[in-house]
Amino acid sequence: MARSDDTRKDPPPGMVEKRGTGLWLTHLLMILGVLVVFFPIWLAFVASTVTQPEIARPPMPLLPGGHFLENYGKALFSGVNVPVATMLVNSMIMAVGIAVGKIIISLLSAFAIVYFRFPFRTTFFWLIFLTLMLPVEVRIVPTYEVVAGFGMLNSYSGLILPLIASATATFLFRQFFLTVPDELAEAARVDGARPMRFFWDILLPMSRTNIAALFVILFIYGWNQYLWPLLITTDPDMNTIVMGIKQMFPSGDDIADWPVIMATSILAMIPPVIVVVSMQKLFIRGLVDSEK
Amino acid sequence: MEKRVTFKGWLLPLLLIAPQVAISAVFFFYPAGQAIWQSLFIPDPFGLSMQFVGLGNFEYLLTDPYYRESFVTTAVFSTLVTLVSMIPALFLAVLADRLIKGAGVYRTLLIWPYAVAPAVAGVLWLFMFNTRVGVIAWYLGLLGYDWNHVLNGGEAMGLVVVASAWGRISYNFLFFFAALQAVPKSLIEAAAIDGARFWRRFFTIVLPLLSPTTFFLLVVNIVYAFFETFGVIHTITAGGPQQATTILVYKVFKDGFVGQDLGSSAAQSVILLFVVGLLTVIQFKFVEKRVHY
Repeated sequence: MARSDDTRKDPPPGMVEKRGTGLWLTHLLMILGVLVVFFPIWLAFVASTVTQPEIARPPMPLLPGGHFLENYGKALFSGVNVPVATMLVNSMIMAVGIAVGKIIISLLSAFAIVYFRFPFRTTFFWLIFLTLMLPVEVRIVPTYEVVAGFGMLNSYSGLILPLIASATATFLFRQFFLTVPDELAEAARVDGARPMRFFWDILLPMSRTNIAALFVILFIYGWNQYLWPLLITTDPDMNTIVMGIKQMFPSGDDIADWPVIMATSILAMIPPVIVVVSMQKLFIRGLVDSEK
Repeated sequence: MEKRVTFKGWLLPLLLIAPQVAISAVFFFYPAGQAIWQSLFIPDPFGLSMQFVGLGNFEYLLTDPYYRESFVTTAVFSTLVTLVSMIPALFLAVLADRLIKGAGVYRTLLIWPYAVAPAVAGVLWLFMFNTRVGVIAWYLGLLGYDWNHVLNGGEAMGLVVVASAWGRISYNFLFFFAALQAVPKSLIEAAAIDGARFWRRFFTIVLPLLSPTTFFLLVVNIVYAFFETFGVIHTITAGGPQQATTILVYKVFKDGFVGQDLGSSAAQSVILLFVVGLLTVIQFKFVEKRVHY
């Protein structure tokens, strides 16, 4: 009896929980891992605070210099082809547009599929399901032609619309609606509430967390798009920041303006990093849910 | 699974579903149909007329050494990206799982790279390995290693693999960490009392319990490497040197937009469509299995 109690209180070292040197070793390895993973971001930050000659004569310093304001100011307000501030606005419009657009059309279609019986319901369901399989990278040429045909090159609708139809969000809401107790819809029907009233007053408030979690995932998806904006924004004023960085490299043998390019890279990662880190719980939930 | 209680009417649901169906039709099904249609033709050099060639484009592709090479490149690339992103992630997750205090802080720090766009990750890694100013390239030179991914295909492949895998480490870490936290502590303790050491417990208890997560991540990471790494390739190597890093998606872009070879690009799109379809089916088969797990 006494023996087993001892085992429970004090398991042999190095077995279930690490302590002492083992614990410190775990922390040490973890810190090392974090440092290695973080190094590229750190280096980009350092490069964005020093001068071009300091980078051009390797090795560059590994600690920040004193040209933070100068480099960021130059990037934001003059940039290389276009001020980075403009690209940030474009990226923000695109990312929010994709996230909000996807959430709205998915909420509506999931509501229709779950709460109604109507002609061709199954057909529509499978049509939406099939779009799961078609990343934009696979059908770029014909999609480009469609968008060009509509005269939507260099426009926000051209950036947003082709990317908002995806089945993932629809499936997520469908799964969630199926778990909503039938009694709620029953009660609403007995009370004579119209379907949209039920949707607006009951279903939507219940979906709040799901909507927020999905927003985080979709915002990052939209913000980080590269190929699509690269194809359809030929006008630098419509460039998004993620695709615009590559355009800042000189085409010939000239040396790139690294401090400004690195300042732009840091600026490009700040909004998604803020969203992910500040809404970490929602983000992880959204990630796990949307991949299930 | 179906709802027992539904609302009446058919016009309202049709209106509700209309936006998604319309957008899917215009931006998904029509372009996909176009891709299939175009893959059966060869446009003349002036783009004035199309000549029907049946499966000629596919026949040509499958015998084209460049296309076959691109297939091999993609297979190598996606295997490496999957390994390089999953193994460190599992290692870090196992470490974090052993900590009671501080795991949350490490998790917050490790999430960062996930938010960094592949194209931006490409620029960051290009900067470190740039042949002229790159810090790591410079230190490698000091050690007597002459790094030049612009000329050396193997180094170029290594660089795009690491740059692509980097952000995925965060993603895989989150899934592994969540799965590890879900492993019943009583199982581990029972094994510990029986005298099983850490690695023994890891390989006989923890790893088998992680297998659904591992398999899921394998599929998801392969899909990622196939379709979402365009930004990394385009910023770092543009498919070069020669063809060394031209993965299939990059080739669709290069042949379609740069080379203007629409028939071949469309045929490549159709082949990729089958690849995506196959991967999606595998993923869904697996998800069904996991429900019964």
